[in-house]
Amino acid sequence: MEVLQLVVYGIVTGSIVALGAIGVSLVFSILRFAHFAHGDVMTVGAYGALVGVTLIGVTPMVAIPVAILFAVVAVLVAEFCLYRPLRSSHPVILLISSFGYALILRSAIQLVAGPAPQVFKSGIQIPYRFGEIVIRPDHFWIVGGTILIIVALHLFLSRSKFGKAMRAMSDNMDLARISGIPAYRMILITWVIAAALAAVAGVFLGMDTRLHPVMGWRLLLPVFAAAILGGIGRPYGAIAGGFIIGISMELSTMVIDPGYKHAVAFALLVLMLIIRPTGLFRGTSL
Amino acid sequence: MELSGLFGYLVFFLSTVSIYAILALGLNVQWGLTGQINIGIAGFFAVGAYTTAILTAGPNAAHVGGFEFPFVVGAAAAIVTSGLIAVLIGMITVNLRSDYLAIATIGIAEIIRFVFQNEQWLSHGVRGISDIPRPFHDGQGSGYVFLALVLACVAVVYFLVERARLAPWGRVLRAIRDNEDATEAAGKNVRLFRLQAFVFGSAIMGFAGALYAHFIGFISPDAFEPVFATFIVWAMLIAGGSGNNKGAILGAIVVWLVWSGTETLAARLPPEYATQASAARVLLVGVLLELVLLLRPQGMLPEERPRPIARRKD
Repeated sequence: MEVLQLVVYGIVTGSIVALGAIGVSLVFSILRFAHFAHGDVMTVGAYGALVGVTLIGVTPMVAIPVAILFAVVAVLVAEFCLYRPLRSSHPVILLISSFGYALILRSAIQLVAGPAPQVFKSGIQIPYRFGEIVIRPDHFWIVGGTILIIVALHLFLSRSKFGKAMRAMSDNMDLARISGIPAYRMILITWVIAAALAAVAGVFLGMDTRLHPVMGWRLLLPVFAAAILGGIGRPYGAIAGGFIIGISMELSTMVIDPGYKHAVAFALLVLMLIIRPTGLFRGTSL
Repeated sequence: MELSGLFGYLVFFLSTVSIYAILALGLNVQWGLTGQINIGIAGFFAVGAYTTAILTAGPNAAHVGGFEFPFVVGAAAAIVTSGLIAVLIGMITVNLRSDYLAIATIGIAEIIRFVFQNEQWLSHGVRGISDIPRPFHDGQGSGYVFLALVLACVAVVYFLVERARLAPWGRVLRAIRDNEDATEAAGKNVRLFRLQAFVFGSAIMGFAGALYAHFIGFISPDAFEPVFATFIVWAMLIAGGSGNNKGAILGAIVVWLVWSGTETLAARLPPEYATQASAARVLLVGVLLELVLLLRPQGMLPEERPRPIARRKD
């Protein structure tokens, strides 16, 4: 029974990791660099929701639009001030710039909200019991919300004009430009989607555990691992990768110290890089 | 009193800057010469520090150690251990783009930090390892002896790295950085050269960690937070000039001046603002790094391009 309980936790963690990994994967495939500030964009989203929760007094789920607003602003500021001016230089410079921006976001949050951990709502939630499995109401919201987002994303990528253009750019940038896809508008749309997903992931992470300034940075490694596992530029792969990483991380606590969860994500990443660097869904090889 | 206090601070300042300069020189081998991104400097720094701490510190029943080996043994072991870890990471990532190396290095740094935080028997957990002796002369005036030692270390590392840069070996590294395919076509084993550069740079970082442990005399996982050991070193190298070893040292001096200068300012604030002040300082260094990337990507001292051997007239 302990296994099932851990699988439940794994699905919750996996949902959060998957939402982060979709964004990383999209950015990676359209802008060709590993966005190191993505974890801290998640943190910005979580604290944005906290602003909504404390000022308006709504639940974190209802405050998600506020979270998205904060995260989108954070990412667009970086795009206009840093990433666009630096795009003509080597992509690796963008990576370093995003690493610096991660630090800027984190210390800005610490400056405003303080370094102490915070919670959306204090007090104990009454969990639901199914036999021996215990599920908190928040976990239903997290997994349900993630499924909803994945369906919406699927419809966007497969049905809408922008979604198709985005997939075309990820498959072959030059061909997409020649066929008249407005590249810059697509870059902006990619950023908005990635930031929005990161914001939701951050809110869910805050609901699952607590909010603190390094919460997103600590999750960055599993998020990257999921994106690579699924294949760069493959949003569906990133979702699969997220759940594989999440469930493996939680199951591993049966045999090793929970603190080494990240080592499990890292081990899966290393294994993938050795066996099949293009990922499960054969994404863009960099 | 005033003067001797100032003098003491100067000794402390120069010793710290020297250790950072060695870290920046190590990063310059990886990033400046070869174009490799190491976001896990803190990990190699910590491995070096803990290796020498375990080998040289006095006995403590709570964790392994008590060997009381001399400094030279501890430092050599620090270089070897961090180098070996670099070999492992390098072998996995050498044939992939540098983004993967960056991701792998944050992974390994997180794991290393967690091992030292958690494995009581090895590192005494969060309580850390204390009583790490100052090399050669422990006690009154050891600060001056240490400063002389650490300055000599900077000189030796600078000489080695500069020699490597000017040698054919360094030329191959720069060729890999600028055009990997052409270097491969010229018959160079790109993977082997990359691995060598990564291991060389990481071993230097491990050596800096050993010096740090002997300098402070006490280490705990807190000292190896990525902000201090990774981010500041990147800011130093980028500001000083990637690819230029003098730039790496100059960057270490300037960024540390900014960092400790703002610390002096922050100390004048009331204590309740202490955490905000430290966050604001990190923010400032972050903005500084971005401004250099945007406005002067070559840094204060740009990389010296080798002179062309012969110039054709057409």
